Amino acid sequence: MKELLEQIRIKAVAEIEASENTEELRIKYLGKKGELTAVLRGMGKVAPAERPIIGQLANEVRATIEEALTKKAEEQKKKEMERRLMTEKLDVTLPGKIQTVGHRHPIAQTEEMLREIFIGMGFSVAEGPEVEYDYYNFEALNLPKNHPARDTQDTFYITDNILLRSQTSPVQVRVMENKKPPIRIISPGRVYRADPADATHSPIFHQVEGLVVDKGITMGDLKGILELFAKQMFGPETKIRFRPHHFPFTEPSAEVDVSCFVCGGKGCRLCKGEGWMEILGAGMVHPFVLSNCGIDPNEYSGFAFGMGVERITMARLGIDDLRLMYENDVRFLRQF
Amino acid sequence: MVLSMNWLSDFVDCSDIDIKKYCDRMTDTGSKVEGYELCGSEVSGVRVGLILKVEQHPDAERLVVCQVDCGEKTLQIITAAKNVFEGAYVPVCYCPKDEKRVVKLASGHEIKSGKLRGMISEGMFCSIEELGLTLHDMPGAPTDGILILNAYSELSYKPGDDIVDVLAMRDKAVEFEITPNRPDCLSVIGLARESAASFEKELRIPTPVVKESDGDINDYLDIAIKDTEKCFRYSARVVKNVKIEPSPLWLRMRLRASGIRPINNIVDITNYVMLEYGQPMHAFDYKCLDGKHIEVRTAGDKEVFMTLDDQQRNLESDMLVIADGKKPVAIAGVMGGANSEITEETTTVVFESAMFLGSSVRITAKKLGMRTDSSARFEKGLDSENTIGALERACELVNLLGAGEIVGGMIDCYPVKKEIATVPFEPERMNKFLGINLSAEEMVRILESLHFEVKDGVITVPSYRDDVRCMNDIAEEVVRIYGYNEIQAGNIVSSMTQGGLTKKQTLQKQLHGVLLGFGLDEIYTYSFMAAKLYDKAGLAENDIRRKSVEIMNPFGEDTKTMRTTAIPSMLETLEINCNKDNDSVALYEMAKVFLPREGMVTNIHGLEGTLPDERVKIMIGLYGTGDFYTVKGMCEEIFACAGISAKFTAKTDEATFHPGRCAEITAADGTVLGIMGELHPVVAQNYTFNRAVYLAELDFENIFAKANSKKSYKALPKFPASTRDFSFVCDEEVTVGAIEDAMRHSGVSLIEDIKFFDIYRGVQLGEGKKSVSFSVSLRSADHTLTVEEADKAAAKILRGVERILGITIRK
Repeated sequence: MKELLEQIRIKAVAEIEASENTEELRIKYLGKKGELTAVLRGMGKVAPAERPIIGQLANEVRATIEEALTKKAEEQKKKEMERRLMTEKLDVTLPGKIQTVGHRHPIAQTEEMLREIFIGMGFSVAEGPEVEYDYYNFEALNLPKNHPARDTQDTFYITDNILLRSQTSPVQVRVMENKKPPIRIISPGRVYRADPADATHSPIFHQVEGLVVDKGITMGDLKGILELFAKQMFGPETKIRFRPHHFPFTEPSAEVDVSCFVCGGKGCRLCKGEGWMEILGAGMVHPFVLSNCGIDPNEYSGFAFGMGVERITMARLGIDDLRLMYENDVRFLRQF
Repeated sequence: MVLSMNWLSDFVDCSDIDIKKYCDRMTDTGSKVEGYELCGSEVSGVRVGLILKVEQHPDAERLVVCQVDCGEKTLQIITAAKNVFEGAYVPVCYCPKDEKRVVKLASGHEIKSGKLRGMISEGMFCSIEELGLTLHDMPGAPTDGILILNAYSELSYKPGDDIVDVLAMRDKAVEFEITPNRPDCLSVIGLARESAASFEKELRIPTPVVKESDGDINDYLDIAIKDTEKCFRYSARVVKNVKIEPSPLWLRMRLRASGIRPINNIVDITNYVMLEYGQPMHAFDYKCLDGKHIEVRTAGDKEVFMTLDDQQRNLESDMLVIADGKKPVAIAGVMGGANSEITEETTTVVFESAMFLGSSVRITAKKLGMRTDSSARFEKGLDSENTIGALERACELVNLLGAGEIVGGMIDCYPVKKEIATVPFEPERMNKFLGINLSAEEMVRILESLHFEVKDGVITVPSYRDDVRCMNDIAEEVVRIYGYNEIQAGNIVSSMTQGGLTKKQTLQKQLHGVLLGFGLDEIYTYSFMAAKLYDKAGLAENDIRRKSVEIMNPFGEDTKTMRTTAIPSMLETLEINCNKDNDSVALYEMAKVFLPREGMVTNIHGLEGTLPDERVKIMIGLYGTGDFYTVKGMCEEIFACAGISAKFTAKTDEATFHPGRCAEITAADGTVLGIMGELHPVVAQNYTFNRAVYLAELDFENIFAKANSKKSYKALPKFPASTRDFSFVCDEEVTVGAIEDAMRHSGVSLIEDIKFFDIYRGVQLGEGKKSVSFSVSLRSADHTLTVEEADKAAAKILRGVERILGITIRK
């Protein structure tokens, strides 16, 4: 009897593994007229002492068969599922359903980057009017009427003493008038110059200027801030270079070059082979400007810097014509 | 300012410095170099040739065959030039045997050997044009023939010499961009001072020596300065027995390298001295001066004057002129008069070397629309102490050129001597300020190399450095020579500052995110525009927005009007895109508009005039994607983001918009938040749109004013909601909003939410009727509503709507 059960076990498991139809085999072995059932009916003939042993064996055989059946059934189910899923196959190369998110204007993107960097350095963002008094745009900045340096900025006038600001520096004057140091601000915004539009000029453009005033601010600090800024904006390998220059509202003044972020300083098309790009103007705030705003230049010092957002945007994105930025063709806008 | 390096070498020897290095260092010390040019390099391989023989070409009447000694060999050259002769020395260029030798002409002509009517021609003769020269450079040269060197006794040459050297054309011209604070550097001597300091070289500025002849200037002239506010110094000398002729080659070539056209010896001397000393000079023809008298005065009102360029100028009473006893002879510092111009006949000359007030010269030049080399220098402020040196140099050159005889004596009116400025020497303060660590001795060395005197803690500023008046200025002098790039980057040691955005900036940033989320692309448009765009955008004749801030000096109408609404810019941009066949376009702009303000607004400086009210508008515009309700949905989301409950009211009289598809948006207190709708079809005809355009212009300032950023937690519902759907039948005129309002006012507190979901129109309902369907969600906070409670609430809603609007549900 024992042998019979073992035979059934081996045969059943082999058949189940080979079979496609598990239900048939369940009936064949475990059904009322199944083979195992038939064997168990013959239990009466077994010696009473062996019955428990045979009984236990029979149960084990049943369990093995049931397990094999379940396993087979699951396998079949899985296969069936796989078959079905393959029929539901999609062409993943078909285009996705469009979830349009708009595009920020490239100038705004650059301005946002600049804001984030300077906010991270403890700067706040100051704003001021675009239609401004001559006083704030020029006079308070050490550019009296009929100063020859005014020629470098052809200005749109509304009246004799109201104009479209030609720089965002008037915001700095307004801040200094209203706030005691420490001052640490940037003033991003739109400025106007009477330059007809061409590939590199626009009567309207954007600047971000910065101002720091406190006790003991040095030109080394200016360099430190600008170096930090340049590395964050243009990459950790970026270097900066100062060249003496003249701005009426700062002394000493500098033009600041940034090592070309395309070629890393080797010289390329973007930097015209120079390896450097002129990005910033900067300097130590002129004592006249400080005292004009009610800040004692003997107690406080400060620095200011400014940069053109369009210029950085064009360099960053490889845009070769400034006019594209104000034409707003969506085929242009959607590239960024 | 273009600097001739040959000229520079008169004062400082920079010959051992590579030109590129020279330029870089000068830029680093503050004299920015724009670029440099190798003068004479435009011509290469052109030699002096001696014409040995001239014969008629056997087969061509117009050609001659020349045998030319070119030093290294004799060439046969065929030419059509008529002015060749045996014994003539001429510039010759020919194809070299040596391939490495470059042959180049300024005119760009190619040189090749070839046959002319059967005879070999091995080269060509050059005219001045081919050498890149003009009649000003080589006076008397034929314009349609060969340059004959024999005509210039001042030249020395032999066959085979390089013509560039023979004509002294070889030089290096360095172009500087001189900042307006350094007018002293608009001169060879000024740049020589900078060069000497930059390269630690010796500077030699010889004092001019003038050989006077007989006579006394006081017999010729007296001078009076009538306006000492505008003229600080007037120095003059007289030259008699003047022979007007071309200047010598060296002088002409220096002027040429500096970008100035040679004219004649006297005019060239004034230009030469202006370039060398930075002091504009003027030369008058003495015989044209009435009454031996010169006065410096302001012009009489309505005085008319003809300047050197033969233009009539209407003078005004604030303009400074140089006049003789009767009439003006020059506009001070700007331009001389035609009435006293140096001509071929001039025999006696008055040299003027004066100092005028910069702002006066600037205003005059600007008013007359004539900016000259002279005025550009004066307006930046020149040095009164420089007039004599320049005047003496001019006379020295007269001696040198043999251009005339200097009458004895000089007149120098200098009523108020220029004050010499001093600044305290504060080495420690400068080190701290600059963030460097330089010894006081090193600072003194640098300052002295720039001709500042340092003594007993006081720095004396050179008279030509009006730009240096305080510690910062001195610090810049020190650090520009020491090296800006020697400054080590420091870390700010300063009090804490709180960075970040204001509430308003934060809201604006949030709204950018919301607008981008709608799929709108951001645009940047000009803040000014042509006023006619108000018409194009359909603004009514009497629309208050037509009153705009206007620019006094625009380029033209297109840049004249500061916009009061962002709609025209948006429509223009949509049109540009439409014209480019971009078929689905949805845009936004945070656009500033400028609303004129009446009356005086007090400001702390008592400034005249009132600045306009600058407001940011959120401008949305789209076509080819979405409709009225798309834009409305955007507006609603914006208000939701700002925490504002906004009301949309039909507006039928806004000329830009479709009268049936326009809504004014207001806050609870009636503040207008904006307007939105479909572009009026008639207005749309002003554009090339071929489909409906939808616009919204929201006022960001008012949105910010009404914004409520406070958010607080509300417990999530514990009990389920019951929903009841209603379809009301009503006249077309009844708005969905009105029905919704009626439901809310029906007195049922259980209403949690009302959602509109359908409008149906059909024959069964009858003409002019519609059925509007809502789904109303009812919920109690403390228990699950029973069916009876929900039904009771629904019935109450219906009764309420019937009571308020007189409409009922569809039976």
